[in-house]
Amino acid sequence: MPPLSAVAFLALAALTLGSAGIVAFSKNIIHSTLALLGTFMGIAGLYITLSADFLAATQILVYVGGTLTLILFAVMLTSRIEDMKVSNPQTGIPVAFGLTTVVLLVLGKVATGTAWPSEAKAAVPSTAKLGHAFLGEFLLPFEVGSVVLLAAMIGAVVLARRAVKRTWEKE
Amino acid sequence: MLMAYASVAAFFLVAIGFILGSLLFGKVIRPNNMYAEKLETYECGEAPVGPAWFNFNPRFYIIALIYIVFDVEIAFVYPVATVFRRWVDAGRGMFALVEIFLFVVILMLGLVYVWVKGDLEWIRSIKGDPRGVQNVSSRTRPEIIKEHDLEEAMPQGAE
Repeated sequence: MPPLSAVAFLALAALTLGSAGIVAFSKNIIHSTLALLGTFMGIAGLYITLSADFLAATQILVYVGGTLTLILFAVMLTSRIEDMKVSNPQTGIPVAFGLTTVVLLVLGKVATGTAWPSEAKAAVPSTAKLGHAFLGEFLLPFEVGSVVLLAAMIGAVVLARRAVKRTWEKE
Repeated sequence: MLMAYASVAAFFLVAIGFILGSLLFGKVIRPNNMYAEKLETYECGEAPVGPAWFNFNPRFYIIALIYIVFDVEIAFVYPVATVFRRWVDAGRGMFALVEIFLFVVILMLGLVYVWVKGDLEWIRSIKGDPRGVQNVSSRTRPEIIKEHDLEEAMPQGAE
């Protein structure tokens, strides 16, 4: 019996890669979007195995709860998305294989060449630390973050409002 | 650390197992007697018309955009919520509360902005569009409802 963490990692990696494969290869764009759910959940699980609990929670909150919904809406809103016209020239499978091989070689070289620490550090939950930091040391950046979110929200709504008005006028 | 999430993994396994198990059980015990009408998409008894996949109203998108900002806000607030009790015990609970309150109020300004600008109105009037004027809601244009003879529009006996 292999250690539990190895089993968890393999299961989560299989989930992530499997759904990523569906995202890339599915002919139906809705199926691709829904398979993205598995990829996001798998990544969140991988964060947990790395004891990054805040990152995992944010991944589920923001990516699964928010971004995925937004992508689904964008897909559903796009008119005539099924009969798409691909404007980029298709360079073919051999080129893709060549590029992928180069990327894999570089990644493998980095993975084997890096001097990884042999002893795993004791995992410490990060959420509570972040909470203390938000209230103490990083109080001002925390509040400024709220202003940044406000600006992003108003900017996005102003841009989207124009698009909504345009589709209305077209009807 | 990792073992603390074993319950989450157990929850997922039971949930997936429950769905697969009940689907498999249903497949085993139900009679297999299919014909064309049974295989049709159920649409409240009506014969389904056209594909289910049509273009959604782009107004949904604005609501989703507003939602995602508050989604990110929760991601910022919840680490503070996990340590809030300790700050209260240390006698600085009021300070933490005011800080979080300020954080939320700043984002509430955005909600007030989209509310005042009418982005949350489901039916908006566009200047120069005659359809818009008769479609605006009573909150923005109450005089239009008054002009309209309500009794005539309503069926007899309806309140």
